[in-house]
Amino acid sequence: MTSSAHALGDVLAVESDPGGGFTPPGIGEFYPEVLTSFSVLGVGFEITRITIIAWVATLAMIAFLVATVRKPQIVPGKMQFIGETGYSFIRDGIARDVVGPKGLPFAPFLASLFFFILANNLMAIIPFAQISPMSKFAFPLVLALICWVVYIVVGIKNQGLWPYFRDIMFLPGVPKPMYLLITPLELLQNFIVRPFTLAIRLFANMFAGHMLLVTFALGATYLLSVGNFSAVFGPISALMAIVMTFFELLVIFLQAYVFTMLMGTYLNGSVEAAH
Amino acid sequence: MSILAAESANPLLPPVGEIIVGLIAFAVLLFVVVKFVAPRFEQVFQARRSAIEGGIERAEAMQAEAEAALQQYRAQLAEARNEAAQIRDSARAEGQQIIEQLRAQAQEESARIVARGEEQLAASRQQVVAELRGQIGTLAVELAGRVVGESLADDARRSGTVDRFLDELDEMAASNPAGNGGAQPASGAATGSTVYVPEGNR
Repeated sequence: MTSSAHALGDVLAVESDPGGGFTPPGIGEFYPEVLTSFSVLGVGFEITRITIIAWVATLAMIAFLVATVRKPQIVPGKMQFIGETGYSFIRDGIARDVVGPKGLPFAPFLASLFFFILANNLMAIIPFAQISPMSKFAFPLVLALICWVVYIVVGIKNQGLWPYFRDIMFLPGVPKPMYLLITPLELLQNFIVRPFTLAIRLFANMFAGHMLLVTFALGATYLLSVGNFSAVFGPISALMAIVMTFFELLVIFLQAYVFTMLMGTYLNGSVEAAH
Repeated sequence: MSILAAESANPLLPPVGEIIVGLIAFAVLLFVVVKFVAPRFEQVFQARRSAIEGGIERAEAMQAEAEAALQQYRAQLAEARNEAAQIRDSARAEGQQIIEQLRAQAQEESARIVARGEEQLAASRQQVVAELRGQIGTLAVELAGRVVGESLADDARRSGTVDRFLDELDEMAASNPAGNGGAQPASGAATGSTVYVPEGNR
């Protein structure tokens, strides 16, 4: 996929001489016009269309979830069935099966995580929005930091302060001299790398996905507007934009699931003593 | 933030305001899910589980009931068959008994008829003998009178008297058996009506 984008870039580079040329989408994509800005306690807030999209996505997901449980029935209707399937997917698939027998109390949190990421990710391919708030690093970072706090607090609560850190720092069954190497690595892994990989994985996927879609879409319109033989490549680029949209749909679900799933494994490590 | 500033912005350094916006958005969703959505779903799952368990229980109870009813019907059927066999056996025995009884009764009856016939026969014979004895007495007296009264010398007369006497005797003998023979069948016919006819021969 990147190679095809690259090839498109080459074609566009060749074509960029006549008529002003092609301006590829840049980082500015993620910094849209500020609609209004204000400051509360010295913290500046800038409301952009991405902020609005995030709110719309969140409210839409809340509305959907509430609609599915408005009149809960033993034999579910269509709406309830969809909501239930989504909730059970996380409750049974992650909270119960990944976190473990003590994982069910975390089901609402994990489900919220999944639904929130999914709703915001879906905005990447919803017409007129077409950008996911998750491609702004702030949103994945917030979620990752929340997860970071949650799995550390749960670990300390379940195992006790010292046993929790001891099990992480001094893995049982490892030769003593190896601790020189392993202890710093484990600390780094558990308390610094985990939240950032969690955040960056989601952010980068949505960021790259958006860039890819924009590149193909802009490329198609540009190639069709150039007016020479390059117009032949226009429909191909447009087709690629459509194909990539479906690919993006896959990524949207996958990344929401991966994020929740990884949080599930971290919680599993916190709930049960390390082996 | 101007476009120029955006071009040089580092996407990995988010502004604090945006982090807070994200935090609030997630907090709202989390709140709704924790307070409202998840409990309702759990409630539904619980209700469904109990409904299914209740259904299974009911089905099991129903099956047990059906099993019991089947068992009962089978027992009743076996009982009825047993009873029918018993009734058949007793009926057969009773029939046998009745036949035996009737046979004995018939034999008794026939023996009684025969005995009565013999009795009657003996009685008629007695009567005849008594009658004859009486007549013979008178006849003998009469004959003796005649013998004494008439001349014994007259052989011809004597023989005539004897002949007459014998003739008279013959006459009597001829009329008496005829009377006895007539009386016998009459008594036989009278007892004939009481002769038992076995039912099987009807």
